Amino acid sequence: MLRKVRLNMHKIWNPDIECIDREALKKLQSERLRKVVKLEYDNVPLYRERMDKKGIKPEDIRTIDDLKYLPFTDKTDLRDQFPFGLLAADKKDIVRIQGSSGTTGKPIVSGYTQNDIDVWTEMMSRTLTAAGADQNSVIQIAYGYGLFTGGLGAHQGASKIGAMTIPMSSGNTQRQIMMLTELGVTHICCTPSYALYLGETLNEMNIDPSRLSLKAGCFGAEPWTEEMRGQIEALLGIDAFDIYGLTEIAGPGVSFECLAKHGMHVNEDHVIPEIIDPATEMPLPYGEKGELVFTTISKTGMPMLRYRTHDICRLHDEKCECGRTLVRMERLMGRTDDMLVIRGVNVFPSQIEGVLVGVQGVAPHYMLIVDRVKSTDSLEVQVEVTDEMFNDSIGKLEKIKHEIIEKIKSVVGVKAAVTLVGPHTIPRSEGKAKRVIDKRKM
Amino acid sequence: MYRVKQLSAFLENRKGSLAAVTQLLGANGLNLLALSIAETDNFGVCRFILSDYEAGMKQLRSAGYTVRTTDVLVTCVPDRPSGLGDILRLMEKEDISVEYLYSFVRNSGFNALIIFRVSDIDKAQRVFKENRIEMLTQAQVEAL
Repeated sequence: MLRKVRLNMHKIWNPDIECIDREALKKLQSERLRKVVKLEYDNVPLYRERMDKKGIKPEDIRTIDDLKYLPFTDKTDLRDQFPFGLLAADKKDIVRIQGSSGTTGKPIVSGYTQNDIDVWTEMMSRTLTAAGADQNSVIQIAYGYGLFTGGLGAHQGASKIGAMTIPMSSGNTQRQIMMLTELGVTHICCTPSYALYLGETLNEMNIDPSRLSLKAGCFGAEPWTEEMRGQIEALLGIDAFDIYGLTEIAGPGVSFECLAKHGMHVNEDHVIPEIIDPATEMPLPYGEKGELVFTTISKTGMPMLRYRTHDICRLHDEKCECGRTLVRMERLMGRTDDMLVIRGVNVFPSQIEGVLVGVQGVAPHYMLIVDRVKSTDSLEVQVEVTDEMFNDSIGKLEKIKHEIIEKIKSVVGVKAAVTLVGPHTIPRSEGKAKRVIDKRKM
Repeated sequence: MYRVKQLSAFLENRKGSLAAVTQLLGANGLNLLALSIAETDNFGVCRFILSDYEAGMKQLRSAGYTVRTTDVLVTCVPDRPSGLGDILRLMEKEDISVEYLYSFVRNSGFNALIIFRVSDIDKAQRVFKENRIEMLTQAQVEAL
């Protein structure tokens, strides 16, 4: 481990912040928190309403220790306030929209002011620098470009640090490999499973990774394991760094790993992380496992107050051997809800259910089977055939099947295989139905 | 009057599923007069003409199968070269499309019994009649 990167670097993009004294950080955070709470209270009806209900005025929030008095937000708020209900800025000041999947058919969107883009770019600059990238680097971005924050987020950071940036977007593996080998790419950004797939494909093509200039990769958008890190590092001969982010908060770069590979540093001057007990909603101390909650303190477009990520992990505040003082979050340990991440796309079973009930004659008896075949996630949707949808013509049944596939693709953004199964073959359960079989080892 | 009831059942494409359905029918004294199967990678549709379609429907439903009935035409096609070809050409001329066809297990005299599932069953009946193509009624079929 740490082979190629450690030789040439131990760089920190913004040492004044990344290695800040924690007391000074607390002061900075408190200052920004006071400002953002006032901004939210004055401009976002939902925040005002919730704070009024708790009897809290912006003046009551003096330091980050007062965070616990503030109300939570959740993905459902973004859905209910879709598209612009949570904007704290004037619409004319919004310069970008990014989005991700909601729990139902409608996506959730987030609005960014130029300031927010700058903040996000700063976070991603720190992320790439921590992975050893600088103006001499060639960075291939194989995250999807578009509403999904992965592509543009990494792109902005790579451009900011002055690297040669290759906006490949996702897919087209042969061309990815051509660029990787011909352009002297030093860093790659993609999902960890795609990195594995690239490595395996190189292997099949008999391309020796030691011939490449590739040194490191920043991998995120889906949960992965130490075991996968080992495989990626061995296959590609690189250092593999974990990164974390979400559209609601900014995008990739909310937290990032350094050379120590011992947890992801949270960009605490822009977001405050908390761990809460998901049942009691009470904050938990550093080191304890619980639900990760973020409050953005420098965004102005759609600042989020105590946003519940539903990701389960632990935070640690001990100083890192890399010199950074920013709190580290451990690898994600699971979810408090039923969200799945399939090929980097967030998928909720409820979205699939919504698609199915919208197709003529389809009963809401379904099962999602998620697997990982040759480093690529697969999603199979088993649907029971009902008398109503059944037809003596194979063509008509196939048409229904393709209609379901198309709708899932357009609503969820993932290509699924649909299998029609006999009636009553999907087990019925009392109470909450089991809808998902996840065979991936993570 | 020549509409004949065909049953079709959804079957998963796996070992034993066809055996199960035919055994179920046999155990209930229902005779399979004609049978056709269409399949894809993971499922199939089994279509059949039974000696008693109402009883068959009941049995299959209670055994948990997805079943439906479809009206088809059963015709006597001369058992000679181009016997079927002539009829198909006629249907093409009359703009009737055939969704699928299959034949009976047994034949009747010098005729083959062919089951037609068509786009317009009333028109097909009329055309067959006008062209003196013999068709069988439900009762005739069940008496086979």
